Amino acid sequence: MKYVIYPVALALLAAVPFVASDYALGLLIGMVTYVTLASAWAMFSGPTHYVSLATVAFYGAGAYVVAMLNEVMAYPMILLITAGVGAAMALVVGLSTLRLAGVYFVIFSFGLAELIRQLITWYEINIYGTLGRYIFVDITARGIYWQMLALAAITIGLTAYINRSRLGLALRVIGDDEVVAAHSGIPLARMKLMAFVLSATILTLAGAIASPRWVYVEPAIVFNPTVSFLTVIMALFGGANRLWGPALGAIPLFLAFEYLSAHFPDVYPIFLGALFIGVVFLFPNGVLAGIEGLRRGKKEETA
Amino acid sequence: MSLLTIDKATKKFGGLTAVDGVSFSLEQGEILGLLGPNGSGKTTLINLISGALPMTSGDTRLNGVSLAGKRADQIAHAGVARTFQLVRILPSLSLMENVMITAVFGAKSHWGQAAKDTAMTALGRVGLADRATASAGSLTYIDQKRLELARALAAEPEVLLLDEWLAGLNPTELAQGIALIRELSQSGLTILMVEHIMEAVRALCPRVVVMNSGSLIADEATQSALNDPCVIAAYLGDSADA
Ligand SMILES: Nc1ncnc2c1ncn2[C@@H]1O[C@H](COP(=O)(O)OP(=O)(O)OP(=O)(O)O)[C@@H](O)[C@H]1O
Ligand SMILES: [Mg+2]
Repeated sequence: MKYVIYPVALALLAAVPFVASDYALGLLIGMVTYVTLASAWAMFSGPTHYVSLATVAFYGAGAYVVAMLNEVMAYPMILLITAGVGAAMALVVGLSTLRLAGVYFVIFSFGLAELIRQLITWYEINIYGTLGRYIFVDITARGIYWQMLALAAITIGLTAYINRSRLGLALRVIGDDEVVAAHSGIPLARMKLMAFVLSATILTLAGAIASPRWVYVEPAIVFNPTVSFLTVIMALFGGANRLWGPALGAIPLFLAFEYLSAHFPDVYPIFLGALFIGVVFLFPNGVLAGIEGLRRGKKEETA
Repeated sequence: MSLLTIDKATKKFGGLTAVDGVSFSLEQGEILGLLGPNGSGKTTLINLISGALPMTSGDTRLNGVSLAGKRADQIAHAGVARTFQLVRILPSLSLMENVMITAVFGAKSHWGQAAKDTAMTALGRVGLADRATASAGSLTYIDQKRLELARALAAEPEVLLLDEWLAGLNPTELAQGIALIRELSQSGLTILMVEHIMEAVRALCPRVVVMNSGSLIADEATQSALNDPCVIAAYLGDSADA
């Protein structure tokens, strides 16, 4: 059954640009981008509970690869290089940080985005000469949408595959107890690294695919920490351990954030913070699981 | 050649030598008791063998192959399985998954049906087969201990390390627990068990090694060890301190 439903749903989603307005298409691109980011984030952080705030480090790096190469290379080649850059960055970062426990990892991952922003700023000023670049890629909004939709589908498909694989089982064991994981024969470093690299490669590609929308990029614009926070909130809101959780969290929250940031720019950050705290404390397993739990609780009461 | 050889195992925590040049060995199929008063270094020694902690110096050998310096997962892969003094289960996984992981990531690298079958057999041995799909978070203490033993068994190990697996059981459960370990031993499994309950040690272990303040003070037949003046002094000294 699902072998019919998924392709049909994907085809329908791919056809939306033919009927959508430019404004709607813009919203759609943003939405699918966050579906991809939240799902890719959850690929690693969901089962392992290593909360990464490095999303924008990879996302931004992807955009910068395009900004730096768009005048010298064909677009498909740039995407390939982007994937390589993302994987290489994740490998270096992973090797040096995945031994860190809990809050240290969170802080380091947050610092990473800042570090990369500073590095690029330094490079642009001292070596390139000016801070800021233009991205001129011959690609339409529809093209961007289709690419991001494909990346989202690949991300969710890959997550489904991982969930059923040894890697998926290993990651869930690691999330519960690393000591037990190691004593059961799970090579901790290799498993965490594999998932982290896969996740980060997708995040980096997402940045590259979304980048032509910016036209003009500057480190301060691209490496905006809000992207990292939004990704975490969305994934947790929908449930980072469920295949569709991050996607289902990303869609309503993206729309809510769009609305709020357009109409109430002053209260928007407060809302963001309140939601973050609310989700973490009230629905640690995601709002979906929380609602299910409430419903089950009610049924049991009435039964 | 002995199956498992501990060779001058030493562990220092800063100024404290928790395990001090301990040597002994286990033969294939043997069940050996590891005794000693509280804080004498038994758990630390188990941690050194399983790779939970790196040794300061010394070596352990399984079938003549050195395990020193290897990671816990490599040692598990080589055929060493253990339980923990403070029971460790995976609360968000089902019983089946809790047990399956050693079958999947252990020496045999089972997957799919083979892994499930191995897990079911192990769950059956400890009497949890009928609850395979339940979540491990909902288990009582004794069932958590059973689950942990099943996880160790599903690794199909060469050596099983038990760290006070029988502690905290009521008399009925204790009798069941002793019977279960005897059954495992009779099936040919080599077992090193840390135990404070003398009744269990007498019932299960023909031979014991005794530690005190990190050093080995006895390695002999259980009956003579329990009458050994220096063993008695170690235990009495311990209770006099307490
Ligand atoms: N990770 C550690 N860091 C520092 N000291 C430790 C550590 N683990 C154990 N110790 C110390 O090493 C000594 C031996 O402890 P260990 O847990 O091995 O004793 P034990 O024989 O298992 O005792 P018990 O019968 O109470 O379980 C103790 O003094 C303990 O405080
Ligand atoms: Mg102990």
